Amino acid sequence: MLLEDAKVLQQREIQGGYCLLVMSAPAIAPRVQPGQFVHLRVPHLDSAVLRRPFSVYKADHNTLSILYKDVGRGTVAMKALRDGEIVSLLGPLGHGFPPPAKDKYPVLVAGGYGMAALYLVAKNAPVKGTAFFGGRFASDILCVDEFKSLGWEVLVATEDGSLGIQGLVTDALEIWLQKELKNREPEFFACGPNGMLKAVGARTIRGNWTAWLSIDNKMGCGVGACLTCVQKIQTPDGGWTWERVCKEGPVFECRSIVWEE
Amino acid sequence: MTPKPDMSVHLGGLRMKNPVMVASGTFGYGPEYADLIDLNRLGAVVVKGISREPVRGNPPPRTVEVASGLINAIGLQNPGVDGFASEYMPFLRKYDVPVIVNIWGRSIDDYAFVAERVDAVDGVAGIEVNVSCPNIKEGSCMFGSNLDMFKRVIAAVRQKTRLTLIPKLAPDIAGIQPFAKAAEESGADAISLINSVPAMAIDIEERRPKLGNVTGGLSGPAIKPIAVKMVWEAAKAVKIPIVGIGGISTAPDALEFIIAGATAVAVGTANFTEPATAVAIIEGIDAYLVRNGMKGIVELVGSLWK
Repeated sequence: MLLEDAKVLQQREIQGGYCLLVMSAPAIAPRVQPGQFVHLRVPHLDSAVLRRPFSVYKADHNTLSILYKDVGRGTVAMKALRDGEIVSLLGPLGHGFPPPAKDKYPVLVAGGYGMAALYLVAKNAPVKGTAFFGGRFASDILCVDEFKSLGWEVLVATEDGSLGIQGLVTDALEIWLQKELKNREPEFFACGPNGMLKAVGARTIRGNWTAWLSIDNKMGCGVGACLTCVQKIQTPDGGWTWERVCKEGPVFECRSIVWEE
Repeated sequence: MTPKPDMSVHLGGLRMKNPVMVASGTFGYGPEYADLIDLNRLGAVVVKGISREPVRGNPPPRTVEVASGLINAIGLQNPGVDGFASEYMPFLRKYDVPVIVNIWGRSIDDYAFVAERVDAVDGVAGIEVNVSCPNIKEGSCMFGSNLDMFKRVIAAVRQKTRLTLIPKLAPDIAGIQPFAKAAEESGADAISLINSVPAMAIDIEERRPKLGNVTGGLSGPAIKPIAVKMVWEAAKAVKIPIVGIGGISTAPDALEFIIAGATAVAVGTANFTEPATAVAIIEGIDAYLVRNGMKGIVELVGSLWK
């Protein structure tokens, strides 16, 4: 975990309010594990007391990029970032995805820009598998070619049917499981809204498989101090405990998560 | 070469190498920030509030950011006094920094019990008594708003410890001076103020509170001027030192509190924004003293031009 003044190399809107921010961060970038995040202090927003957490999308020896959507005052302010500006980053943070098991077939499931957290999983996976991307509209489906160029099959679902099959990403997944899984054992890596994660978890448990879910709870400090982002996690004695999404998470195996009703 | 200004201050028997501590609830128990800043640079570390038994705390959402502030309703989640001592004190003892343990309870007996336990833990320098958490439904709050109960709880804790004793005062009381005086008369070595300010925020689309606990406590730059005024008033009422808390994020912020009468300050919410805030403030205060030709920080305490 490091604090670094990263320099903006590129900032552009990809589509539909989704933006890509590429930064030079030679201290943090090479240390990033798949599924980890950075906590970004939004410049020119003095009224903000909290940093904003973002999954690391891509990272190499020097640069690190994130994907975000202009949904709040922090992300709206981020759109004004210009090349060469300095952005304070705290990271890499949290426990990300484990390396995919060599004897299983890796399956990624992403809702909206949840795919950002999965790119490094896809890149590092020894076996290339199938990725499911879902969103409300075609404009919510991002970076399909990026995953394809890594050798992954990408299947899309949109709620309005404007791209891929019409329905939820978990509908597309179910069709595939019925027809294409055959005798392989899947291992899931998922990031997206809680409803989607919960559905992936339930299906995984039914199939007696494994699913690693990246949870996106509201976060405060990002380092485990403030106890804002807590998630109910099962304990071996059958009870539950609060674990910190920023520290013990954001990735948990689906069986350990206790979902609120 | 002019000698470096003397940054050290005393809170009762506790000597701090500089007047800047980190506030309870904003720094965990120490390890959370140890990779990012050198804990030895700090005047003191005030750990997150602990109680007799482990406490799970409130349902999420537990915090909400507002303009220049943060409303929190964590609900004092903590591992209990014995859990704290075994899980975190071995780590904290490795550092050359005073550890102040924030304690709270639901009854006078709870406070006395925790104080006695903490007093026996090797490596603890002081006890801060939280009588004013806005997020606990029973107990805690009334000790901060009822003068008689406040005196009784401070006296009960005083009986159980010779460590530096620092009651933390609530902002939402009729007047700060009677509580400051009551703390002094009940044997406190110092007082700290202010705790977070009762507050709420509403999601207008859902028409629901933004916090799981409905209400919480506001901290951050939004409360700083309120806190400065309360420190200034308290300083006129007591001789014991004051720890100023409330929205401090820069050296000028800290200096305002010191000039108003605070002997020390605690950095809270700003730790979340910038983990190295306390260290930057220490350096900024030092530079201010040099620039103004002062020999030590003590010269500046309560030096408001009248």
